[in-house]
Amino acid sequence: MATTVTNIEKLVGKRIRRKEDPRLITGTATYVEDIKLPGMHHAVIVRSPHGAANIKGVDISKAAALPGVAAVFTGADITGVGSVVCGADLPGLRKPVHHILAQSRVYYVGHPVAVVVATDRYIAADGADLVEVDYEVTQAVTDPEKALAEGAPAVHPEWPDNKAFVFLQKGGDMEKAFADAEVVVKQRITSQRLVPNAMETRGVVADWLQAEHSLTLFTSTQIPHLARTILAGQLGIDENRVRVVAPEVGGGFGSKLNVYAEEALMGFISRKIGKPVKWIESRRENFLVTIHGRGHVDYFEIAAKRDGTILGLKLKLIQDLGAYHQLLTPAIPTLSVLMMPGLYNFRNIDAEVIGTFTNCVPTDAYRGAGRPEATHGIERMVDLLAAELNMDPAVIRFKNFVQPDQFPFPTATGLNYDSGDYGATLQKALDTIGYDDLRKQQAAARLEGRLMGIGISTYGELCAFGPSPATPAGGWESATVRVEPSGKVTIHTGTSPHGQGQETSFAQLAADELGVSMDDIVVLHGDTSVIPYGIGTFGSRNTAVGGPALFYALQDIKEKVKKFGKMLLKSENVVFENGKCTCQVSGKEVTFQTIAGAAYRAMQLPPDTDPGLVATKFWEPSNFAFPFGAHIIVSEVDRETGQIEIKRYVAVDDIGNQLNPLLVEGQVHGGAAQGLGQALWEHGIYDDNGQLMTGEFMDYAMPRASMMPWVECSHTTTPSPVNPLGVKGVGEAGTIGSTPAMVNSVMDALMPLGIRHLDMPLTPEKVWKAINGAA
Amino acid sequence: MIANAFEYTAPQSLDEALGLIAGGAKPLSGGMSLIPMMKLRLAAPEHLVDLARLKELNYIREENGELHIGAAVTHYEVESSPLLLGKCPLLAETAAHIGDIQVRNMGTLGGSVAHADPASDYPAALQALEAGIVLRSAGGARTVSAKDFFIDTFTTALEPGEIVSEIVVPVEPGLTGTSYQKCKHQASGFAVVGIAVRARRENGVVSLIRVGVTGLSGSSYRAENVEAALQGVEPTGEAIRAAAGLVAHSVDASADMQASSEYRKHLASVYTAKAIHAALSRSA
Repeated sequence: MATTVTNIEKLVGKRIRRKEDPRLITGTATYVEDIKLPGMHHAVIVRSPHGAANIKGVDISKAAALPGVAAVFTGADITGVGSVVCGADLPGLRKPVHHILAQSRVYYVGHPVAVVVATDRYIAADGADLVEVDYEVTQAVTDPEKALAEGAPAVHPEWPDNKAFVFLQKGGDMEKAFADAEVVVKQRITSQRLVPNAMETRGVVADWLQAEHSLTLFTSTQIPHLARTILAGQLGIDENRVRVVAPEVGGGFGSKLNVYAEEALMGFISRKIGKPVKWIESRRENFLVTIHGRGHVDYFEIAAKRDGTILGLKLKLIQDLGAYHQLLTPAIPTLSVLMMPGLYNFRNIDAEVIGTFTNCVPTDAYRGAGRPEATHGIERMVDLLAAELNMDPAVIRFKNFVQPDQFPFPTATGLNYDSGDYGATLQKALDTIGYDDLRKQQAAARLEGRLMGIGISTYGELCAFGPSPATPAGGWESATVRVEPSGKVTIHTGTSPHGQGQETSFAQLAADELGVSMDDIVVLHGDTSVIPYGIGTFGSRNTAVGGPALFYALQDIKEKVKKFGKMLLKSENVVFENGKCTCQVSGKEVTFQTIAGAAYRAMQLPPDTDPGLVATKFWEPSNFAFPFGAHIIVSEVDRETGQIEIKRYVAVDDIGNQLNPLLVEGQVHGGAAQGLGQALWEHGIYDDNGQLMTGEFMDYAMPRASMMPWVECSHTTTPSPVNPLGVKGVGEAGTIGSTPAMVNSVMDALMPLGIRHLDMPLTPEKVWKAINGAA
Repeated sequence: MIANAFEYTAPQSLDEALGLIAGGAKPLSGGMSLIPMMKLRLAAPEHLVDLARLKELNYIREENGELHIGAAVTHYEVESSPLLLGKCPLLAETAAHIGDIQVRNMGTLGGSVAHADPASDYPAALQALEAGIVLRSAGGARTVSAKDFFIDTFTTALEPGEIVSEIVVPVEPGLTGTSYQKCKHQASGFAVVGIAVRARRENGVVSLIRVGVTGLSGSSYRAENVEAALQGVEPTGEAIRAAAGLVAHSVDASADMQASSEYRKHLASVYTAKAIHAALSRSA
């Protein structure tokens, strides 16, 4: 149902149900798979079954002879198409050429080798089975530490050490920090490969119009404009003759913050065969060939005083990159390094990142992208330090927090934290969960031999990507407000929401600013032929970067409305409020709708004013925004089986001002689910030959509703000074905060047994073995 | 994820279906296992005969002290049948552990039993219930005990041309207690181990006990050593623990990414003890 409210009541800050939901929950939304064009053909891709192999030959004759098959392409047929683009750069970065179809060698299971195009998808699949590829299998390497070992197989023969880059970052004086330290705690901590698993797999429909020399490409993406620029470049088509449409997109979590081989490939095919062509990724393909997340092996060392004062943090980070760089692959671990100081007041950091090639699908941005890995490591290290010093994990955090009067706070990694009151969120979380009492319950439980744990994570993150100098391709955002002659309002946002809810929250913002009903507002996005250039949706940026762009465009509209109001009311003393211009002297009014009509009819115009009522704003943020929070999880471990039960989950997040708390809670709940997924269940496991052992839902444990605890959400509010809305960003916060809270909780439960650390996921058998090993 | 081409028949009668199956067609029931295998092209039957729509296979009735359940009854129907909930609660309880609600709405008792996935749930209950499994072909019908039906992984007593047409279980007298205890695979929801127990306590001792095990190894089985250890014995916590500890004795336990054979065996004894306790607590 549409939401109807009076104009006077402010909508920002209200729990308003999403405008986009009716079409989603009634099954009437249009995803890529729903698009059917006249004459459309279907493509199925032949993929490598091997982790590493040389291609000795490809025989397409049987496939090509199958009735209904229109074309078969192999690597040799792909000419005039650029390779897959990596937008990240680092000093000395080795970038392998990433052809859209394999040439003489395959580098991971799922590597595209050939593509069969047919009149329907069934024939295309049958044709794909008939393509015969002669492989000479070579030795693969899938574990990044093994890849770095002497004599390991080379993923790319030209770089036998398997190193794509070594990135160093230092801040402060680490030698002094370690010299001054009274205690040093070291731990190897892994952050396993995760499969993002958006509900909608990827898919592309490409439609080449020869007469126009133009390409329309429907693709399930988070970045339609960036995809257009990149694809136009790859395919050699003028950018203004490429239209990219992100129709309804069923989740991305970073996995669609990318431009994949299949997108250029479908453009290439449509142009070759002169017909539209569709490719829909199967779930199996989604597991194998859409980017994975995480993939860290981290060696941490934390230096501190005996009183708990943290002096510095060292990190050697081995990043499993996979076989290629996708759009941002090498940049992701550098975000981990940026986040290393966490919420703490130490100024010495020392990081070495070794980007390592493996015969696996590339890793790239997955919800949190670098920050969950860092936060997990830091929050584990703080707990290990607290255990070493026999301090309460809450106390050690309070002792080390950056204090409210220290903002803006320059970190040892060169960031400038915008605002915060870290102690307040932790205190609120402790009060909510009844911390002191819980510790008493825990002491009693331990006397009974029960393994009860209380896990705290106080996370910070950098989001609202971002200032342009820090974001490849630019970090600004655009918005256009188009008031129609009837006074109805159309908003174009350069962000590309796909579940985040900006059709609702942006309508709330505009309704408040213009004094119109939310129902009078339509928010459009995701079509490059309609929307002015934008950057897209990732890094919790929609509200914090796209929101201000919209806010300032609305201010321009309001200025112009006032000019028309003054003209129509024949007064200089006019205010625009609640959807009306009012003369402060006569009390006469003229509505926003009347003004919109007058602006287009243009019988008369205010001085120096053009007809129409449209404003566009490109807005550049001056800094990231830095949300933070405290998550606490109470758990109990079954000593007999190693099974973990979550008893309570309290999340206190500070994301600055909130446009719509209902959407915020949804983001926290969803984020927590994905974070718990990493802590407890999910693991993309490759065997030594490069086979993904957890390549379907039968083996890969995705969190389900029935596995979720109730997350008790609350907030503190520290507005960000970085933008006029005072917002920070919430898309990734839950994922970042939840994982270490869960692991810390289980490790706290196991502490009486002398178990110090376990790596994720904390599967029952792993926990059981640790308990038995300890006994 | 697209199956090879195949022919599909929705027969009007069981006889028609059995005739087609005798001719080499493959029976399709709820399709919860066969269809995914076809989509991965691990199975490529040329002709499917849909049994799930046959009224002749869709019934739950009581006759002569026995419950007769048609093979095409869905898991959800088993789970929610008032007759089964009242007179064979073990089967209903077991069905409720299968997959998720979508699977339970589509998947059928007969299909699951015939498929004989070593980690499926029903076999444990059918073993504990000493159920009869009616196998029917164009040539006639025969009844096989659960113990003899389940032979190995995906391997049963079914002969070519035969289908599972009915499950027969005894009506439980009121003083029998039953329980199904399952450790779920975190990804698939299948049984890492699943233990079904049917037991009676009379005059302070165990007068009847049947223990069915699934998930632990390549085939479901009756843990007769556990039964023997408790038969006629006072079921103290210690006696139950000791008996349950025998459940995996000399069993070649399966191993996968979720559970090694060592852990699986350990879980089997833990869940056996749980199931015995629960069943006895329900024994009047």
